Amino acid sequence: MLFDKFKEMADFQVELARREVKPFGAVTEKIISATEGIVEGREVILAGTNNYLGLSFDARCIAKAQEAAGRWGTGTTGSRLANGSFSEHQALEDEIAAFYGVDHAIVFSTGYAATSGMCATLAGPGDVILLDADSHASIYAGVTLSGADIIRFKHNNPDDLAKRMRRLGDRAQDALIIAEGIYSMLGDVAPLKEIAAVKREYGGYLFLDEAHSMGALGATGRGAAQAAGIEDDVDFIAGTFSKSLGSIGGFCVSPHAELEAIRFCIKAYIFTASSSPSIIASTREALRIIAAEPGLRDTLWDNANRLYDGLKALGLAVGPTASPVVAVQMTDRSITIDCWKALLEAGVYVNMVIPPASPSTNFLLRNSVSAAHSTAQIDTIIAAYADLVQRGLLTPEQAA
Amino acid sequence: MTDYQEILEFLYSALASQNKKHLELTEDTALVADIGLSSLEVMEFIEKIEDHFDISIPLNILPDVNTIGDLAGKVKELNL
Repeated sequence: MLFDKFKEMADFQVELARREVKPFGAVTEKIISATEGIVEGREVILAGTNNYLGLSFDARCIAKAQEAAGRWGTGTTGSRLANGSFSEHQALEDEIAAFYGVDHAIVFSTGYAATSGMCATLAGPGDVILLDADSHASIYAGVTLSGADIIRFKHNNPDDLAKRMRRLGDRAQDALIIAEGIYSMLGDVAPLKEIAAVKREYGGYLFLDEAHSMGALGATGRGAAQAAGIEDDVDFIAGTFSKSLGSIGGFCVSPHAELEAIRFCIKAYIFTASSSPSIIASTREALRIIAAEPGLRDTLWDNANRLYDGLKALGLAVGPTASPVVAVQMTDRSITIDCWKALLEAGVYVNMVIPPASPSTNFLLRNSVSAAHSTAQIDTIIAAYADLVQRGLLTPEQAA
Repeated sequence: MTDYQEILEFLYSALASQNKKHLELTEDTALVADIGLSSLEVMEFIEKIEDHFDISIPLNILPDVNTIGDLAGKVKELNL
Protein backbone atom coordinates (compact mmCIF):
# COMPACT_ATOMS: atom_id res chain seq x y z
CA MET A 1 0.00 0.00 0.00
CA LEU A 2 1.14 3.51 -0.76
CA PHE A 3 1.35 4.55 2.88
CA ASP A 4 3.05 1.42 4.27
CA LYS A 5 6.51 2.99 4.11
CA PHE A 6 5.40 5.71 6.54
CA LYS A 7 4.21 3.32 9.24
CA GLU A 8 7.49 3.25 11.18
CA MET A 9 7.54 7.05 11.33
CA ALA A 10 3.86 7.19 12.28
CA ASP A 11 4.49 4.68 15.10
CA PHE A 12 7.44 6.77 16.31
CA GLN A 13 5.25 9.87 16.42
CA VAL A 14 2.66 7.95 18.46
CA GLU A 15 5.40 6.87 20.88
CA LEU A 16 6.59 10.47 21.27
CA ALA A 17 3.04 11.69 21.85
CA ARG A 18 2.48 8.98 24.48
CA ARG A 19 5.64 10.13 26.27
CA GLU A 20 4.46 13.75 25.93
CA VAL A 21 7.63 14.82 24.19
CA LYS A 22 7.97 16.83 21.00
CA PRO A 23 11.59 16.93 19.88
CA PHE A 24 10.68 17.45 16.23
CA GLY A 25 8.69 20.55 15.46
CA ALA A 26 8.58 21.87 19.00
CA VAL A 27 6.71 25.14 18.78
CA THR A 28 8.41 28.38 19.76
CA GLU A 29 5.73 30.65 21.15
CA LYS A 30 7.86 33.69 21.78
CA ILE A 31 11.39 34.91 21.07
CA ILE A 32 12.75 36.96 23.96
CA SER A 33 16.25 37.46 22.60
CA ALA A 34 18.69 35.69 20.25
CA THR A 35 19.29 33.10 22.96
CA GLU A 36 16.03 32.97 24.92
CA GLY A 37 12.51 32.04 24.02
CA ILE A 38 9.35 30.30 25.12
CA VAL A 39 9.20 26.81 23.63
CA GLU A 40 6.28 24.49 24.31
CA GLY A 41 5.21 26.73 27.17
CA ARG A 42 8.61 26.91 28.87
CA GLU A 43 11.08 29.77 29.03
CA VAL A 44 14.32 28.27 27.75
CA ILE A 45 17.86 29.04 26.69
CA LEU A 46 18.02 28.43 22.96
CA ALA A 47 20.95 26.09 22.40
CA GLY A 48 19.83 24.48 19.17
CA THR A 49 19.26 27.25 16.68
CA ASN A 50 22.46 27.58 14.57
CA ASN A 51 22.24 31.30 15.34
CA TYR A 52 26.02 31.38 15.64
CA LEU A 53 26.49 35.13 15.84
CA GLY A 54 23.11 35.99 17.35
CA LEU A 55 22.17 38.23 14.44
CA SER A 56 18.60 36.94 14.03
CA PHE A 57 17.50 39.40 16.71
CA ASP A 58 19.97 42.22 16.06
CA ALA A 59 18.23 45.60 16.17
CA ARG A 60 20.12 46.86 13.12
CA CYS A 61 19.10 43.86 10.99
CA ILE A 62 15.48 44.13 12.16
CA ALA A 63 15.40 47.85 11.27
CA LYS A 64 16.73 47.16 7.77
CA ALA A 65 14.12 44.43 7.25
CA GLN A 66 11.30 46.73 8.40
CA GLU A 67 12.50 49.55 6.19
CA ALA A 68 12.72 47.25 3.14
CA ALA A 69 9.25 45.80 3.77
CA GLY A 70 7.87 49.34 3.83
CA ARG A 71 9.59 50.28 0.61
CA TRP A 72 9.29 47.04 -1.43
CA GLY A 73 6.35 45.20 0.08
CA THR A 74 6.24 41.79 1.68
CA GLY A 75 7.30 39.61 -1.25
CA THR A 76 8.52 39.60 -4.84
CA THR A 77 5.78 37.18 -5.97
CA GLY A 78 8.02 35.82 -8.69
CA SER A 79 11.18 34.08 -9.79
CA ARG A 80 14.50 35.83 -10.28
CA LEU A 81 14.10 35.08 -13.99
CA ALA A 82 10.70 36.72 -14.17
CA ASN A 83 9.76 39.71 -12.01
CA GLY A 84 11.67 38.70 -8.85
CA SER A 85 15.06 40.39 -9.34
CA PHE A 86 14.96 43.59 -7.30
CA SER A 87 17.95 45.86 -6.87
CA GLU A 88 18.21 44.47 -3.30
CA HIS A 89 18.97 40.99 -4.70
CA GLN A 90 21.55 42.34 -7.10
CA ALA A 91 23.18 44.40 -4.36
CA LEU A 92 23.45 41.35 -2.10
CA GLU A 93 25.03 39.34 -4.93
CA ASP A 94 27.60 42.09 -5.46
CA GLU A 95 28.28 42.31 -1.72
CA ILE A 96 28.64 38.59 -1.11
CA ALA A 97 30.98 38.27 -4.12
CA ALA A 98 33.06 41.14 -2.71
CA PHE A 99 33.02 39.53 0.76
CA TYR A 100 34.59 36.42 -0.79
CA GLY A 101 36.92 38.38 -3.10
CA VAL A 102 35.48 36.84 -6.27
CA ASP A 103 33.52 38.26 -9.19
CA HIS A 104 30.49 36.01 -9.34
CA ALA A 105 27.65 35.17 -6.98
CA ILE A 106 24.14 33.76 -7.08
CA VAL A 107 21.62 34.30 -4.29
CA PHE A 108 19.04 31.55 -3.72
CA SER A 109 15.82 31.49 -1.72
CA THR A 110 17.12 28.87 0.75
CA GLY A 111 20.41 27.22 1.62
CA TYR A 112 18.91 23.88 0.60
CA ALA A 113 18.15 25.31 -2.84
CA ALA A 114 21.70 26.65 -3.13
CA THR A 115 23.50 23.37 -2.44
CA SER A 116 20.99 21.00 -4.03
CA GLY A 117 20.57 23.28 -7.05
CA MET A 118 24.29 23.70 -7.64
CA CYS A 119 25.05 20.00 -7.12
CA ALA A 120 22.22 18.96 -9.44
CA THR A 121 23.43 21.29 -12.17
CA LEU A 122 27.23 21.46 -12.13
CA ALA A 123 27.71 17.78 -13.05
CA GLY A 124 25.53 15.84 -15.46
CA PRO A 125 25.31 12.46 -17.18
CA GLY A 126 28.80 11.24 -18.04
CA ASP A 127 30.43 13.34 -15.31
CA VAL A 128 31.60 12.06 -11.97
CA ILE A 129 31.06 13.44 -8.47
CA LEU A 130 33.09 12.49 -5.39
CA LEU A 131 31.36 13.50 -2.19
CA ASP A 132 32.18 13.13 1.49
CA ALA A 133 30.06 10.30 2.92
CA ASP A 134 28.65 12.58 5.65
CA SER A 135 27.46 15.27 3.25
CA HIS A 136 24.23 17.11 4.03
CA ALA A 137 20.92 15.77 2.69
CA SER A 138 20.66 18.72 0.29
CA ILE A 139 23.92 17.64 -1.36
CA TYR A 140 22.75 14.04 -1.68
CA ALA A 141 19.45 15.28 -3.12
CA GLY A 142 21.28 17.41 -5.67
CA VAL A 143 23.79 14.85 -6.85
CA THR A 144 21.03 12.26 -7.19
CA LEU A 145 19.23 14.58 -9.61
CA SER A 146 22.40 15.34 -11.56
CA GLY A 147 22.58 12.06 -13.48
CA ALA A 148 26.34 11.93 -12.86
CA ASP A 149 28.22 8.95 -11.43
CA ILE A 150 28.23 9.43 -7.65
CA ILE A 151 31.18 8.11 -5.65
CA ARG A 152 31.43 8.53 -1.89
CA PHE A 153 34.72 8.93 -0.09
CA LYS A 154 35.11 8.21 3.62
CA HIS A 155 34.21 11.10 5.86
CA ASN A 156 37.07 13.58 6.28
CA ASN A 157 39.49 11.08 4.74
CA PRO A 158 41.72 12.67 2.06
CA ASP A 159 43.59 9.38 1.53
CA ASP A 160 40.36 7.67 0.51
CA LEU A 161 39.56 10.61 -1.78
CA ALA A 162 43.03 10.32 -3.36
CA LYS A 163 42.58 6.57 -3.88
CA ARG A 164 39.28 7.13 -5.64
CA MET A 165 40.66 9.98 -7.76
CA ARG A 166 43.53 7.71 -8.85
CA ARG A 167 41.05 4.99 -9.83
CA LEU A 168 39.25 7.46 -12.11
CA GLY A 169 42.26 7.91 -14.37
CA ASP A 170 41.66 10.67 -16.93
CA ARG A 171 38.11 11.23 -15.64
CA ALA A 172 39.59 12.79 -12.47
CA GLN A 173 40.47 15.94 -14.44
CA ASP A 174 36.79 16.90 -14.67
CA ALA A 175 35.55 15.34 -11.44
CA LEU A 176 33.52 17.44 -9.01
CA ILE A 177 34.76 17.01 -5.43
CA ILE A 178 32.25 17.99 -2.73
CA ALA A 179 33.07 18.68 0.91
CA GLU A 180 31.77 20.86 3.74
CA GLY A 181 33.59 23.28 6.03
CA ILE A 182 32.09 22.36 9.40
CA TYR A 183 29.87 19.25 9.34
CA SER A 184 26.49 20.08 10.77
CA MET A 185 25.85 17.14 13.07
CA LEU A 186 29.13 16.59 14.95
CA GLY A 187 30.74 19.95 14.27
CA ASP A 188 33.95 18.46 12.91
CA VAL A 189 36.00 20.52 10.44
CA ALA A 190 37.08 19.14 7.05
CA PRO A 191 40.84 18.61 6.47
CA LEU A 192 40.77 21.10 3.62
CA LYS A 193 44.53 21.53 3.22
CA GLU A 194 44.82 17.81 2.47
CA ILE A 195 41.71 17.76 0.26
CA ALA A 196 43.09 20.71 -1.74
CA ALA A 197 46.39 18.84 -2.12
CA VAL A 198 44.51 15.87 -3.63
CA LYS A 199 42.84 18.22 -6.08
CA ARG A 200 46.18 19.74 -7.04
CA GLU A 201 47.60 16.26 -7.68
CA TYR A 202 44.73 14.77 -9.67
CA GLY A 203 42.76 17.76 -11.00
CA GLY A 204 39.02 18.24 -10.74
CA TYR A 205 36.85 20.99 -9.29
CA LEU A 206 36.24 21.61 -5.60
CA PHE A 207 32.77 22.56 -4.32
CA LEU A 208 32.64 23.53 -0.67
CA ASP A 209 29.54 24.00 1.48
CA GLU A 210 30.35 26.56 4.18
CA ALA A 211 26.83 26.61 5.68
CA HIS A 212 28.02 26.07 9.25
CA SER A 213 31.48 27.65 8.92
CA MET A 214 30.73 30.98 7.27
CA GLY A 215 30.93 33.63 9.96
CA ALA A 216 32.49 31.14 12.37
CA LEU A 217 35.88 30.44 10.80
CA GLY A 218 38.53 32.41 8.91
CA ALA A 219 40.25 35.73 9.50
CA THR A 220 37.34 37.68 8.00
CA GLY A 221 34.64 35.05 8.54
CA ARG A 222 34.62 33.52 5.07
CA GLY A 223 34.78 30.05 6.54
CA ALA A 224 36.89 26.91 6.65
CA ALA A 225 38.64 27.44 3.31
CA GLN A 226 39.90 30.80 4.48
CA ALA A 227 40.98 29.33 7.81
CA ALA A 228 42.89 26.57 5.98
CA GLY A 229 44.47 29.02 3.52
CA ILE A 230 43.20 27.14 0.46
CA GLU A 231 40.65 29.55 -1.02
CA ASP A 232 42.52 29.63 -4.33
CA ASP A 233 41.88 25.88 -4.68
CA VAL A 234 38.12 26.20 -4.26
CA ASP A 235 36.01 26.54 -7.40
CA PHE A 236 32.60 27.03 -5.78
CA ILE A 237 31.61 28.03 -2.25
CA ALA A 238 27.98 27.60 -1.25
CA GLY A 239 26.42 28.69 2.00
CA THR A 240 23.33 29.82 3.78
CA PHE A 241 21.92 33.00 5.24
CA SER A 242 19.97 31.08 7.88
CA LYS A 243 22.79 30.51 10.35
CA SER A 244 25.45 33.15 11.03
CA LEU A 245 23.51 35.74 9.02
CA GLY A 246 20.30 35.13 10.95
CA SER A 247 17.76 35.21 8.11
CA ILE A 248 17.00 32.69 5.34
CA GLY A 249 18.41 32.07 1.88
CA GLY A 250 21.53 30.71 0.29
CA PHE A 251 24.34 31.61 -2.05
CA CYS A 252 27.05 30.30 -4.31
CA VAL A 253 30.17 32.28 -5.17
CA SER A 254 32.88 31.43 -7.66
CA PRO A 255 35.86 32.91 -9.48
CA HIS A 256 34.59 31.19 -12.65
CA ALA A 257 32.75 33.48 -15.09
CA GLU A 258 30.74 30.43 -16.17
CA LEU A 259 28.66 30.81 -12.99
CA GLU A 260 26.66 33.47 -14.85
CA ALA A 261 25.60 30.89 -17.45
CA ILE A 262 25.10 28.16 -14.87
CA ARG A 263 22.63 30.48 -13.10
CA PHE A 264 20.16 30.07 -15.96
CA CYS A 265 20.33 26.26 -15.81
CA ILE A 266 19.53 25.75 -12.09
CA LYS A 267 15.94 24.65 -11.62
CA ALA A 268 16.04 25.42 -7.88
CA TYR A 269 16.85 29.03 -8.87
CA ILE A 270 14.55 29.39 -11.87
CA PHE A 271 11.37 27.77 -10.68
CA THR A 272 10.87 29.33 -7.27
CA ALA A 273 10.07 32.78 -5.99
CA SER A 274 12.96 34.97 -4.92
CA SER A 275 13.47 35.99 -1.31
CA SER A 276 11.37 38.80 0.06
CA PRO A 277 13.19 42.16 0.07
CA SER A 278 13.03 42.38 3.87
CA ILE A 279 15.00 39.12 4.12
CA ILE A 280 17.57 40.37 1.65
CA ALA A 281 17.92 43.69 3.47
CA SER A 282 18.54 42.10 6.86
CA THR A 283 21.01 39.68 5.27
CA ARG A 284 22.94 42.58 3.73
CA GLU A 285 23.14 44.26 7.12
CA ALA A 286 24.25 41.03 8.82
CA LEU A 287 26.98 40.56 6.19
CA ARG A 288 28.18 44.09 6.89
CA ILE A 289 28.25 43.34 10.64
CA ILE A 290 30.21 40.11 10.17
CA ALA A 291 32.86 42.00 8.23
CA ALA A 292 32.95 44.95 10.63
CA GLU A 293 32.84 43.10 13.94
CA PRO A 294 35.37 40.24 14.08
CA GLY A 295 35.00 40.19 17.85
CA LEU A 296 31.73 38.28 17.40
CA ARG A 297 33.74 35.27 16.19
CA ASP A 298 36.05 35.48 19.21
CA THR A 299 33.05 35.44 21.55
CA LEU A 300 31.49 32.54 19.63
CA TRP A 301 34.66 30.47 20.03
CA ASP A 302 35.04 31.37 23.71
CA ASN A 303 31.51 30.05 24.24
CA ALA A 304 32.08 26.99 22.04
CA ASN A 305 35.23 26.05 23.92
CA ARG A 306 33.51 26.57 27.27
CA LEU A 307 30.57 24.32 26.40
CA TYR A 308 32.75 21.66 24.74
CA ASP A 309 35.16 21.53 27.68
CA GLY A 310 32.30 21.47 30.18
CA LEU A 311 30.47 18.56 28.53
CA LYS A 312 33.70 16.68 27.94
CA ALA A 313 34.59 17.06 31.62
CA LEU A 314 31.30 15.31 32.44
CA GLY A 315 32.59 12.32 30.47
CA LEU A 316 30.09 12.74 27.65
CA ALA A 317 30.87 11.59 24.11
CA VAL A 318 31.28 14.92 22.32
CA GLY A 319 32.85 15.41 18.87
CA PRO A 320 36.58 15.27 18.09
CA THR A 321 37.26 18.99 18.58
CA ALA A 322 35.59 22.07 20.00
CA SER A 323 33.25 23.70 17.53
CA PRO A 324 30.15 25.93 17.44
CA VAL A 325 28.27 22.62 17.12
CA VAL A 326 28.73 20.48 20.23
CA ALA A 327 26.95 17.15 19.87
CA VAL A 328 26.60 14.53 22.58
CA GLN A 329 26.51 11.09 20.99
CA MET A 330 24.11 8.50 22.43
CA THR A 331 23.43 4.87 21.67
CA ASP A 332 19.89 4.44 23.02
CA ARG A 333 16.89 6.14 21.46
CA SER A 334 14.67 5.95 24.52
CA ILE A 335 17.30 7.46 26.83
CA THR A 336 18.00 10.19 24.27
CA ILE A 337 14.30 11.12 24.24
CA ASP A 338 14.19 11.19 28.05
CA CYS A 339 17.28 13.38 28.20
CA TRP A 340 15.96 15.78 25.57
CA LYS A 341 12.73 16.15 27.55
CA ALA A 342 14.60 16.62 30.82
CA LEU A 343 16.80 19.32 29.28
CA LEU A 344 13.73 21.18 28.06
CA GLU A 345 12.16 20.93 31.51
CA ALA A 346 15.41 22.32 32.93
CA GLY A 347 15.10 25.30 30.59
CA VAL A 348 17.50 24.28 27.82
CA TYR A 349 16.34 23.71 24.24
CA VAL A 350 18.70 21.54 22.15
CA ASN A 351 18.20 19.48 18.98
CA MET A 352 17.51 15.76 19.12
CA VAL A 353 18.85 13.91 16.09
CA ILE A 354 18.05 10.35 15.10
CA PRO A 355 19.50 8.21 12.28
CA PRO A 356 19.64 8.66 9.33
CA ALA A 357 19.99 12.39 10.07
CA SER A 358 22.95 11.56 12.30
CA PRO A 359 26.07 10.32 10.51
CA SER A 360 26.13 6.89 12.20
CA THR A 361 23.74 4.64 14.10
CA ASN A 362 24.11 6.97 17.09
CA PHE A 363 21.52 9.41 18.40
CA LEU A 364 22.55 12.97 19.15
CA LEU A 365 21.75 15.69 21.61
CA ARG A 366 23.01 18.49 19.39
CA ASN A 367 23.86 21.85 20.90
CA SER A 368 24.72 24.92 18.83
CA VAL A 369 26.51 27.82 20.44
CA SER A 370 25.99 31.53 19.80
CA ALA A 371 28.16 34.58 20.32
CA ALA A 372 25.05 35.99 21.98
CA HIS A 373 25.08 33.38 24.74
CA SER A 374 26.33 34.78 28.02
CA THR A 375 28.89 32.88 30.06
CA ALA A 376 26.15 32.28 32.61
CA GLN A 377 23.90 30.74 29.96
CA ILE A 378 26.67 28.38 28.81
CA ASP A 379 27.21 27.37 32.43
CA THR A 380 23.47 26.79 32.84
CA ILE A 381 23.52 24.44 29.82
CA ILE A 382 26.48 22.53 31.29
CA ALA A 383 24.72 22.38 34.67
CA ALA A 384 21.60 20.94 33.03
CA TYR A 385 23.66 18.10 31.54
CA ALA A 386 25.47 17.62 34.86
CA ASP A 387 22.09 17.25 36.55
CA LEU A 388 21.14 14.51 34.05
CA VAL A 389 24.34 12.68 34.93
CA GLN A 390 23.73 13.10 38.69
CA ARG A 391 20.16 11.84 38.38
CA GLY A 392 21.38 8.79 36.49
CA LEU A 393 19.40 9.71 33.37
CA LEU A 394 22.58 10.20 31.37
CA THR A 395 25.78 8.34 32.07
CA PRO A 396 28.99 8.45 30.13
CA GLU A 397 28.52 4.76 29.31
CA GLN A 398 25.24 5.54 27.57
CA ALA A 399 27.00 7.92 25.21
CA ALA A 400 29.50 6.30 22.88
CA MET B 1 40.08 -7.60 -16.69
CA THR B 2 38.59 -10.17 -14.36
CA ASP B 3 36.41 -13.03 -15.57
CA TYR B 4 32.75 -12.92 -14.50
CA GLN B 5 33.08 -16.28 -12.78
CA GLU B 6 36.11 -15.07 -10.79
CA ILE B 7 34.11 -12.04 -9.68
CA LEU B 8 31.28 -14.29 -8.56
CA GLU B 9 33.66 -16.49 -6.58
CA PHE B 10 35.06 -13.43 -4.83
CA LEU B 11 31.58 -12.17 -3.98
CA TYR B 12 30.64 -15.55 -2.50
CA SER B 13 33.74 -15.62 -0.32
CA ALA B 14 33.38 -11.97 0.71
CA LEU B 15 29.79 -12.62 1.78
CA ALA B 16 30.63 -15.69 3.87
CA SER B 17 30.89 -13.84 7.18
CA GLN B 18 27.60 -11.98 6.58
CA ASN B 19 25.68 -15.06 5.43
CA LYS B 20 24.17 -15.67 8.85
CA LYS B 21 21.32 -17.80 7.48
CA HIS B 22 23.89 -20.12 5.86
CA LEU B 23 22.16 -19.92 2.48
CA GLU B 24 23.70 -21.61 -0.51
CA LEU B 25 24.79 -18.53 -2.44
CA THR B 26 24.04 -18.36 -6.16
CA GLU B 27 23.83 -15.65 -8.80
CA ASP B 28 20.13 -15.32 -7.99
CA THR B 29 20.57 -14.81 -4.24
CA ALA B 30 19.25 -11.36 -3.29
CA LEU B 31 21.59 -9.33 -1.10
CA VAL B 32 18.89 -7.70 1.03
CA ALA B 33 15.76 -9.82 0.57
CA ASP B 34 17.51 -13.21 0.98
CA ILE B 35 20.73 -12.62 2.93
CA GLY B 36 19.23 -9.75 4.90
CA LEU B 37 22.12 -7.30 4.62
CA SER B 38 21.45 -3.98 6.35
CA SER B 39 22.25 -0.75 4.51
CA LEU B 40 25.43 -0.43 6.58
CA GLU B 41 26.45 -4.02 5.74
CA VAL B 42 25.82 -3.36 2.05
CA MET B 43 28.18 -0.38 2.15
CA GLU B 44 30.86 -2.43 3.97
CA PHE B 45 30.48 -5.20 1.40
CA ILE B 46 30.76 -2.70 -1.48
CA GLU B 47 33.93 -1.27 0.04
CA LYS B 48 35.44 -4.75 0.26
CA ILE B 49 34.74 -5.28 -3.44
CA GLU B 50 36.10 -1.84 -4.36
CA ASP B 51 39.39 -2.44 -2.60
CA HIS B 52 39.79 -5.96 -3.99
CA PHE B 53 39.26 -4.94 -7.62
CA ASP B 54 40.67 -1.40 -7.16
CA ILE B 55 37.52 0.23 -8.52
CA SER B 56 34.89 2.65 -7.24
CA ILE B 57 31.28 1.53 -7.52
CA PRO B 58 29.05 4.57 -8.09
CA LEU B 59 26.08 4.88 -5.72
CA ASN B 60 23.76 5.58 -8.63
CA ILE B 61 24.07 2.05 -10.02
CA LEU B 62 23.05 0.39 -6.76
CA PRO B 63 19.26 0.73 -7.26
CA ASP B 64 19.64 -1.68 -10.20
CA VAL B 65 21.45 -4.25 -8.05
CA ASN B 66 19.35 -6.84 -6.26
CA THR B 67 21.20 -10.12 -6.62
CA ILE B 68 24.78 -11.31 -6.42
CA GLY B 69 24.66 -11.80 -10.19
CA ASP B 70 23.51 -8.21 -10.73
CA LEU B 71 26.46 -6.99 -8.71
CA ALA B 72 28.95 -9.26 -10.46
CA GLY B 73 27.75 -7.87 -13.78
CA LYS B 74 28.27 -4.28 -12.61
CA VAL B 75 31.73 -5.08 -11.25
CA LYS B 76 32.64 -6.69 -14.59
CA GLU B 77 31.53 -3.51 -16.43
CA LEU B 78 33.61 -1.33 -14.09
CA ASN B 79 36.63 -3.62 -14.18
CA LEU B 80 37.31 -3.11 -17.90
